[in-house]
Amino acid sequence: MSVVLDAPHPAAPPAASPRPKISVRDLNFYYGKFHALKAVNLDIPEKQVTAFIGPSGCGKSTLLRVFNRMFELYPEQHAEGQVLIDGEDLLTARQDVALIRAKIGMVFQKPTPFPMSIRDNIAFGVKLFEHLSPADMDERVEWALRKAALWNEVKDKLGQSGASLSGGQQQRLCIARGVAIRPEVLLLDEPCSALDPISTAKIEELIAELKSEYTVLIVTHNMQQAARCSDHTAYMYLGELMEFGTTEQMFFKPRRQETEDYITGRFG
Amino acid sequence: MSTSVKSGARQAMFSRRKRTNAIALTLSLAAMGFGLFWLAWILWETLRLGLSGIAPATFTQSTPPPNDAGGLANAIFGSLTMVGVATLVGTPIGILAGIYLVEYNARGWLASATRFVSDILLSAPSIVIGLFIFEVMVVRMGSFSGWAGAMALALIVIPVVIRTTENMLKLVPPGLREAAYALGAPKWKVILAITLRAARAGVITGVLLAVARIAGETAPLLFTALSNQFWSADLASPMASLPVVIFQFAMSPYENWQHLAWAGVFLITLAVLGLNILARVMTRNK
Repeated sequence: MSVVLDAPHPAAPPAASPRPKISVRDLNFYYGKFHALKAVNLDIPEKQVTAFIGPSGCGKSTLLRVFNRMFELYPEQHAEGQVLIDGEDLLTARQDVALIRAKIGMVFQKPTPFPMSIRDNIAFGVKLFEHLSPADMDERVEWALRKAALWNEVKDKLGQSGASLSGGQQQRLCIARGVAIRPEVLLLDEPCSALDPISTAKIEELIAELKSEYTVLIVTHNMQQAARCSDHTAYMYLGELMEFGTTEQMFFKPRRQETEDYITGRFG
Repeated sequence: MSTSVKSGARQAMFSRRKRTNAIALTLSLAAMGFGLFWLAWILWETLRLGLSGIAPATFTQSTPPPNDAGGLANAIFGSLTMVGVATLVGTPIGILAGIYLVEYNARGWLASATRFVSDILLSAPSIVIGLFIFEVMVVRMGSFSGWAGAMALALIVIPVVIRTTENMLKLVPPGLREAAYALGAPKWKVILAITLRAARAGVITGVLLAVARIAGETAPLLFTALSNQFWSADLASPMASLPVVIFQFAMSPYENWQHLAWAGVFLITLAVLGLNILARVMTRNK
């Protein structure tokens, strides 16, 4: 329980049973023959931060990659079950996968700036879905960079390569790039694991701000991070969802012994 | 004392390693010196004999009859034209095939077959390619031509570009592709704007090296473009080229032809050297 003591939790508890943004129903996932997600059921509340914790290989990232159908890039992977977003099943949706991905943005573990200028990094995604005048595009780029708390650091060098930024700045650039196409959900797959503590603190502040407008899902190996910046926490183990609840309940009164063991560091 | 025994043994082991290291270093330095010696000599001879043959007339006049004044203008133009056409034909085909191999069907049977054929083509002696073009183009069209020469060179360019494009695209981290797909980008856009762009320097380097490779090819041109002692800008007729002129002139008993051959050698060496340096600079900036 010592972990919890130095981890201030956001004071306001989540509103009473907020509307679920994403509902997972009997989701099974396979890498070839390997059964990576086993009958997962989960309701992810809208405009809140949900953290996914669990030991490596437990299926957290896999689950995230189902939400934007990223797994479809690899023919040997497939998912069974339902993932409802706003009531519509995105696994069978007749919607173009591109439109689903525009609605559900993703930021990866390692920063992935595109080989182009900072401005074009942001504009790349926007141009896929909107035709903006140069002035409107400039405005959108500034808006997105401000959202990602990066504007002040890069406003004088928008024409420079994205790769010229530091690791933490690159990761915020990736967040800005995701935010720029105005998604409704943001998937963050261990966004801070390659960053130093100061950059991590900036990203965490950012997550706290983003949740007023976006539903944020974050995979993390850092218990304190889950405690600090999430409203709900899901604990996964060997492809199963072991426990899901408000972060407060998960960290103070976990229902299962396994959850408590993992959170307090006795296991994992 | 056991500690002194131990330290003595370690001392012996360490000095043995130092000795081995010194021998290995000497051997590799000697090998490098041996290689560099010949290379430097070749460059020196090329420079010494070639530079003296270079004059304004080299670039303005066509190849002369024996014992007469002249230049290499027709051969330089022919080489530039055929290498240019070959690069324009071979580069897009090579890059597109490379993209197919990495982005579309990395493990399919068609990709394996393409890779296999391309590898064979890559190591095929260029005289085989020359004879092939002679058979399918020159014989059917009834005459040697610049087009046939350019096609023979293009066949050499294609596998080189396929190989470098494939290798460079493979180096692009998968995370970069996923990040682009995660924004909802369609596949063609991801390839054009992200993957190919990330691999740009390497792909261009591959093209430059392919150009350097065909700039000095003689065999594929002997049976296809033949040569032409007069100025000709017509790709449909026989065309002169530097390597073939060098081949012809260097073997001749006429002194002025031999001088021109050395001038041609100098020009080709300079071009290949320049292309290699350019390729090196491009990859370093990456």
